[in-house]
Formats: sequence, C-alpha cells, structure tokens
Amino acid sequence: MALENERIKERLVGRFGDQVSNFEEPYGMLTFEVPKEMNLKLLQFLYDDEELKFKFLTTLCAVHNPDFKGRELAIVYHLHNLSDNIRIRFKAYLDINRPDIFTATRLFEAANWLERETYDFYGVNFIGHPNLIRILNVDEMDYFPMRKEYPLEDQTRKDKDDEMFGRGGSLGYGTVKTSDDTTVVELEKDNVGDKLI
Amino acid sequence: MQDFVTLTDKHIVLPDGSIEKRTTTLNLGPIHPATHCVLQNILEMDGERVVSAKQTIGYIHRAFEKISERRPLYQITPLTDRMNYCSSPINNMGWHTTCEKLLKVKTPKRVDYLRVIIMELARISDHLICNSIVGVDTGAFTGFLYVMQYRELIYEIYESICGSRLTTNIGRIGGFERNFPNVAFEKLEKFLDEYPRVLKEFENLLMRNRIFMERTIGAGPISAERALNYGFTGPNLRAAGVDYDVRVFSPYCSYEDFDFEVPVGSTGDCYDRFLVREQEMWQSIEIIKQAYQKVQEFKGKEAEVFHADVPEYYLPKKEDVYTKMEALIWHFKIIMGEIDMPAGEVYNCVEGGNGELGFYLISDGGRTPYRLHFRRPCFIYYQAYEELIKGAMLSDAVIVMSSLNLIAGELDS
Repeated sequence: MALENERIKERLVGRFGDQVSNFEEPYGMLTFEVPKEMNLKLLQFLYDDEELKFKFLTTLCAVHNPDFKGRELAIVYHLHNLSDNIRIRFKAYLDINRPDIFTATRLFEAANWLERETYDFYGVNFIGHPNLIRILNVDEMDYFPMRKEYPLEDQTRKDKDDEMFGRGGSLGYGTVKTSDDTTVVELEKDNVGDKLI
Repeated sequence: MQDFVTLTDKHIVLPDGSIEKRTTTLNLGPIHPATHCVLQNILEMDGERVVSAKQTIGYIHRAFEKISERRPLYQITPLTDRMNYCSSPINNMGWHTTCEKLLKVKTPKRVDYLRVIIMELARISDHLICNSIVGVDTGAFTGFLYVMQYRELIYEIYESICGSRLTTNIGRIGGFERNFPNVAFEKLEKFLDEYPRVLKEFENLLMRNRIFMERTIGAGPISAERALNYGFTGPNLRAAGVDYDVRVFSPYCSYEDFDFEVPVGSTGDCYDRFLVREQEMWQSIEIIKQAYQKVQEFKGKEAEVFHADVPEYYLPKKEDVYTKMEALIWHFKIIMGEIDMPAGEVYNCVEGGNGELGFYLISDGGRTPYRLHFRRPCFIYYQAYEELIKGAMLSDAVIVMSSLNLIAGELDS
C-alpha cells in the first residue's frame, strides 16, 4: 500500500511525540513544524526509516516574518519519497537574533548550495556547514537582502539617474529650477551615494 | 588527492624544499567561449588533469525572488522567462500552473493540450541546443548550425502565438492570451513533417561517430545514488538510471492523457546524457503529435476554447473593456494589481528542460506573494561539477559543463 499522509503523521508522532506539531495539509502536502534543534534528527529519521524513505531533498529555503516575535525566520524543507511518490514539507523556526540551525550537508550534498543561498539572503547560520559563504551576492555585502526590513527600491524616487533604464526625466543627482530665462541645475550633494535600500 | 600527488611526482620533479606550487591555477570563465554563459571555474590543474574546481556563480543575479514580493501574479511571468531562457515557455507554464493551483482554477482540456504542445516544443528546442553544443565542444560545428533552423521554426511558432521569440511571456493565468492562429498550426505541421528527418540526420552525425564517442563515453560519470544525493533531476538524473520524470510522477496539464516513454541511461556520463536528450526529443515529437490530434478532435464551440473562466485574473476582451462596465473594472483591477489572492502555501513543479522546476509560493492574502522561492534544477546540480571532473582532462571539463546544460539565467535567478 502506498504511503499516505496519515501514515507518515502516525510514524512521526510515534517516534517524536509532541515535538512534531502543527500538522496541516495545504493543497495536499503534509506540512508540520519541528523545534530547530530537531531538524537533523528528523531528517535522519525520515531518510533512514524503512517505511518513510524520504531520500530526496527537493528544496530548502527560508521565510522571514517579522510579526512572529522570537521565531521570525522559518527554514522550510521540501522532501520527496521517490519510491512512493509523496512529498512532505516541514519548518523549523528561528529567532532572528540567534539564527543557528544544524546543516543538512552531511545527509544531502544538494543542501550545500541551498544553505549557502539561504545564508546569503537571510543570514541563517548553518552549524557545521563546510563552506558557509555568500553565493549569489557580492562578498562585501554587509546585510541580508531578502529580510523584510529591506523593502524594494521606491520606484518614484527622483535622486537617481535612471534615464538609461527607461525611467527618464530626472537629470541625476539634483533638481532643475527654471527661472525667467535660465535653467539652473542645483546639485544636491547629500543625495550622492545614498543607499539604494 | 593522494593519487594526484603521486601522479605529479612522476612528471614534474621539483628540487627538495622547493616552495613552488605543484599545480597551476586556471580560470575557466567568467567570459570564455567554452563556458557558454557567465560563470567562473577556478581549476587547479596538474598538467592536463583537474585536481579541484571552485565554481563561482552569481554574475547575473537579478533578485527575482525579492522583486516578486512586490509584483502581482501576472507581472511575475516575465521574470520566469529569464531563468531558463532556452525553454522559457515551460517556465511560464510552470508559473501559470502554480497560480492556478493556488487559485484552484481548473483549465479546460483544450488549453491543457495546447500547453503541452508548447511545452514539448520548448523541450525540443532546449535539448537541441544542449546536444548540438556538446557537438560543438567536441569539434563538430556542422550539427549545431544545421539544427538551428528548426529551433528558428519553433521560435516562429511561439512568435505567431504570443509575438515574441526568446523570452516569450506566453500564456496567462487560466489559459492563453489568444487562440492559436492558423499559421501556428501550419508551422507546427511543417515542423512535425520535416523535423524528424533532420533529427535523424543530426543523430547520424554524432551518435555513432567514433570521435564523438571517444570524447564523451566515460566523461563526467555519476552514479544514480550520488546523483540523487546531489538533487539531480531531469535528463541528467535519468542518464544516471533513475526514471524520475515530473510529467509521470505528478502529472500537470493532463500529461496523464499521453502515451510516452521515459528514456533512462546507465552510467550518467556525457554520452548517456546526450542519448537521453536525443530520445526525449523523439518522445516529445510523439507527444506533440498526440496533442495535436487531440486538439483537432474538438469541434464547434469547444474548438474555440483557449482559456478558463477566471475574471479576477484573466484580462477581459478589449471590445468588452470599452463597452461594458464590469469588464472595465476587472481590466483596471488586474492591471493595477488590486486583486487579493487567497492565503495559502503551495509547491508546484513542472518538468523543465533541465529537470524539476519548482515554485514555492506563500501568500498571506495580499496582492503580491509573501514569499516566492524558485527551485532551479541547474543551481542544484551544478554543485556536483567538481566531483564530476575531478581527475579528468581539461577538455573533458568543458564537455561535462555543456552536457549538464548549464544556463546562467537559471543558476543565478
């Protein structure tokens, strides 16, 4: 008999008791939550268990929600059991001031870059990762851009010369003042080098 | 590593106590004709052999995941184009099916079949580029040039449907922006008629070519177990002998209605990857034939259906916008992105040109996604590159890269 969500839930609760919680099934995929210290134990159990056999890490990413105080960052794992063709998703919540969680690289090679990407964008510290450095952004970057406190650039801003990129109109770092017969461009030195974020 | 030290000893004799480096550092990329896209490999070479490789990516990172957090759903489609730009219609359809899953929209069968036609055409053009580039890297330029005209024909089919060729932005949530014109079907018939012969000729050029076989057999092999551990999907995983195909495992767009085979390899080397892609192209032709036949079976009113009824997301007809109040309101709300979508989280995947292309979408009930994560197959399997080429010759490193079908757009999102 093919594996079903109910059966997976039973196995997990049987093994971990109330440490696995918040079972849901949004759009048919079993989703639950584990404490952050448990992520590796759970992955190992799901991998080794004769019945569950979740041996394929589909993807791993983080979600930032500033409203959840003390558990702002969620690390979301998507696993796939290829022999029974069933997927699950679980989340581990972290405090944004201490974003530490164990790495899954020992179990899945695929986790290596995914964790580096998660570190790059959210600053999650994967304990035990062999090479936790930025991957897509420049090494000199000193913030984690996907966190919600960094909103996207205001598209109506006027202090940037974007004429080459289709936003036109602005003459760059300054404002145009037209008096009776002359046009003066006043430079606003303060605006030069403003942070983009 | 130990092997290479002994290897070095045989060839390069350094005086005792020498502080000279035994290996040579070689930059393959970021701008090098053999990398085909913007990515860098810092290779440590011992003579002609690769001791280690360090990949650097991110040269064309465009922050799609961040940008998506401020865009309504329909404005995210053009972003997906720019991931795997060799088969952008698949990315577009993947995104539309994700939205439809979130919104619980059921598309009519005709739409599904039309989508299948477009997706399989995209798969052919993707594999065609990859395989012919492997040919180029082994020294056979003719094949690449010859098959290019059929990719051109595929692009003309896209063009007749959506107006653009490379970054297509094809389709809408719920279906297509317009019905397929007759010229699209005519071109499709021409393609189905002529392409198999050309593909056969292309195969004759390479498949049993001694030089090509010598170059690719045994280059960059990977076992099924390692491939799974590395998160390989798509043709690269199937070449290693695992028959995982999203079209079969979790069918979308009515793929369950079609009869096709999933080719698998055994050793996972460049030659197997080449063969798997070739076979997939033949299968795609079969799927297109079946889909085209199914499309032709619709008669009367059914033959005019090209989208589902989703007024909240599907733009109304232009003449209605000018004459009817309701259509005008919907048009305005859609364009201005003022539609609140249902809250929920959804993971949806399609079989892209390179493997499982996944979209993990979280909505908090707002007008834009709260979080959107793309599972890019390329990004995940490129990690294995070092393992694939360790101990191989430099020229093998180049073909391994092209036979993995790395697309910088997909790597960097």
